[in-house]
Amino acid sequence: MRMSAETVPVEELYRQMCRAREFEMALARLWEKGLISGEMHLGIGEEAVAAGVVAHLREGDAICLDHRSTPPLVARGVDLEALVLEMLGDPEGLCCGWGGHMHLFSREHLACSSGIVGSSAPLGLGFALASQYLETGGVAVAFFGEGAMNQGMLLESLNLAAAWRLPLVLVCKDNRWAITTRSRTVTAGNLARRARSLGVPARRVDGTRVDRVWRAARWAVERARRGRGPSFLLAHCPRREGHFLGDPMLRVYRDPLGQVLEIAPPLLRSLLARPLSRLASRVRCLGQIGATLGALGLELLLEADPLERSGRLLEPSMRARVEEEARREVEEKVMRAMERRVSRA
Amino acid sequence: MPEMTYAQAIDHALGQAMAEDPRIVVFGEDVVMLRRELYVRFGPRRVRQTPISEAAFLAMGVGAAMAGLRPVVEIMMVDFIAVAFDALLNQATKIRAFSGGKWNVPLVVRTSCGGGYGDGGQHEQCLWGLISSMPGVSVAVPSNPQDAASLMISCLQSEDPVVFMEHKLLSDYWRDYLGGGSRKTVAFDVPENGRIGKVEIPVKPFPPGKGKVVRKGEDLTMFSLGVGVHRCLEAAERLEEKGIQAEVVDLRWASPLDRELITSSAERTGRVLVVDEDYSAYGLSGEIAAVLAENGLRPAFGRLGTEGVIPYDVRREAKVLPNAARIEQAALTLASV
Ligand SMILES: Cc1ncc(C[n+]2csc(CCOP(=O)(O)OP(=O)(O)O)c2C)c(N)n1
Ligand SMILES: [Mg+2]
Repeated sequence: MRMSAETVPVEELYRQMCRAREFEMALARLWEKGLISGEMHLGIGEEAVAAGVVAHLREGDAICLDHRSTPPLVARGVDLEALVLEMLGDPEGLCCGWGGHMHLFSREHLACSSGIVGSSAPLGLGFALASQYLETGGVAVAFFGEGAMNQGMLLESLNLAAAWRLPLVLVCKDNRWAITTRSRTVTAGNLARRARSLGVPARRVDGTRVDRVWRAARWAVERARRGRGPSFLLAHCPRREGHFLGDPMLRVYRDPLGQVLEIAPPLLRSLLARPLSRLASRVRCLGQIGATLGALGLELLLEADPLERSGRLLEPSMRARVEEEARREVEEKVMRAMERRVSRA
Repeated sequence: MPEMTYAQAIDHALGQAMAEDPRIVVFGEDVVMLRRELYVRFGPRRVRQTPISEAAFLAMGVGAAMAGLRPVVEIMMVDFIAVAFDALLNQATKIRAFSGGKWNVPLVVRTSCGGGYGDGGQHEQCLWGLISSMPGVSVAVPSNPQDAASLMISCLQSEDPVVFMEHKLLSDYWRDYLGGGSRKTVAFDVPENGRIGKVEIPVKPFPPGKGKVVRKGEDLTMFSLGVGVHRCLEAAERLEEKGIQAEVVDLRWASPLDRELITSSAERTGRVLVVDEDYSAYGLSGEIAAVLAENGLRPAFGRLGTEGVIPYDVRREAKVLPNAARIEQAALTLASV
């Protein structure tokens, strides 16, 4: 089925992408200032996937998210002030300061998230089952990374969703990395084929192009709505800010001297630890570490920014206007959230 | 005796043991980077990076241990062990009994635990009570570099499953990874004597299930583990100014419990305060109360633990986790009995 470009609501999709990006950047600034605690995993690089998928959802549809949960929540229309206040641990936050950025819940949006890798899929099964059982016509979407595709509960979910024909869309955001691990070094076979082998139809999509994500997601969501069962989208997207803010592997590039001084001496000691019998192997291992860091650096240089790739779909003047509006909206919301916080403190 | 950080001490002990015993293999997520020094020294055959498949690789550790290896399986944070609980609950800890004592499982689970850096209720738990409730597993919770090194050697020498818990607030790299991220704008309440200290080399094991009196006192005894020990010591200093001499016992092991030390100290001071960063119900404090009762002791008793889910908000988190002020308050209440 081919769609003409006109049917894709590019402006709206790009607006959601910009809102998500601005929001993530605002979070990064708050984190830098020490106002957000703990691990802060940003979804910078995943905006097109979030916007392209969430655009198809209606009231009554559910989303189950992983540790990069803010872009889909922003696109789903969750109040930005409540999100900011939650990050600050404020009693007026989305979860009253109890959840924090890895555990965001919005009951009215049927949106939930979890920091346990892989757990979004079985939660999604539950929402899908409820839709099927109650005949609400709703669908559930589970977002997760390619690293999560090796988690048992996720593979079990693929099978269960297919066996019960549940209205579940499984969205795998393949950024090639799981913390410091290059996923392909620990993953056998091919993920789309893996899903198909469990009875779940799968499509690959360029996750930096929001129009393509939108089309693939329309196919997946429509299938689920019509009672045809689950589907799997494999969306490739970059990981532009490392695993989390302050990622030590990124620091190697952003503060090379400091990191080398910290990492190198103990590694050198390991290289020379007695007995010295395995020097060649040790040098190879050191090379492996270097190669992993090198791959990360190369990707940082070469990988496309989804905002760049998707923004080109718009007229330059319209694009600039959308970006400016998103920037102003987020700035205003963040400012208001900060004012509320200060006024009560 | 060289000075080491808590984290360096653990890896030093592990490296010492790996150099002596080729049966030891390490596996878990991200170990190439996290254990890069061991990886360079011992190579990819012995330091193996896994996919995010805890249920499979923890159970793989059980099978490998049965087949003669000495696996050290890393579960990045103890919270994630939930995903792989079968391997511990129904496999590792049952096999010695099921085989009529003929087959044992020398498995070391290395994991991190604890809060105090604002990561929320799914990443900051301790769970040593939950894990210790299973028969057939030991649980080591070191509070300082020397203990961390020695307890790691004890774990590696165990013939049965052990869980080694590294407190994230004491481990520099975890604290920086998860909480700091090289920011100068955040600070954590890190006990300096837990973070860094002298370690005797070569590292020798400590006897399993043996705790240590880390501060002598006559008026009451505080029992604790991990970071809690330092919070108790801090409170004991303040109590001393008020004329109360608190004894502080570092249990070192959540299981087996040092019953002798618990009873002898409680008998002497007549007052017991358990300070436990783990959930207070159905855990360490209840177990200590049972030990005391079973030995016919009825000291004045109090407990400070984590009640409910740990809040994300750092201000509320600080109030929920046992801290020196709360300990002092609880001790004063007990001392007035
Ligand atoms: C069960 C479990 N194991 C390990 C972790 C630690 N962890 C957090 S994120 C992550 C990597 C996830 O990789 P992926 O699914 O590809 O998502 P990405 O971070 O790349 O977006 C890991 C191992 C966890 N949170 N939960
Ligand atoms: Mg990934």
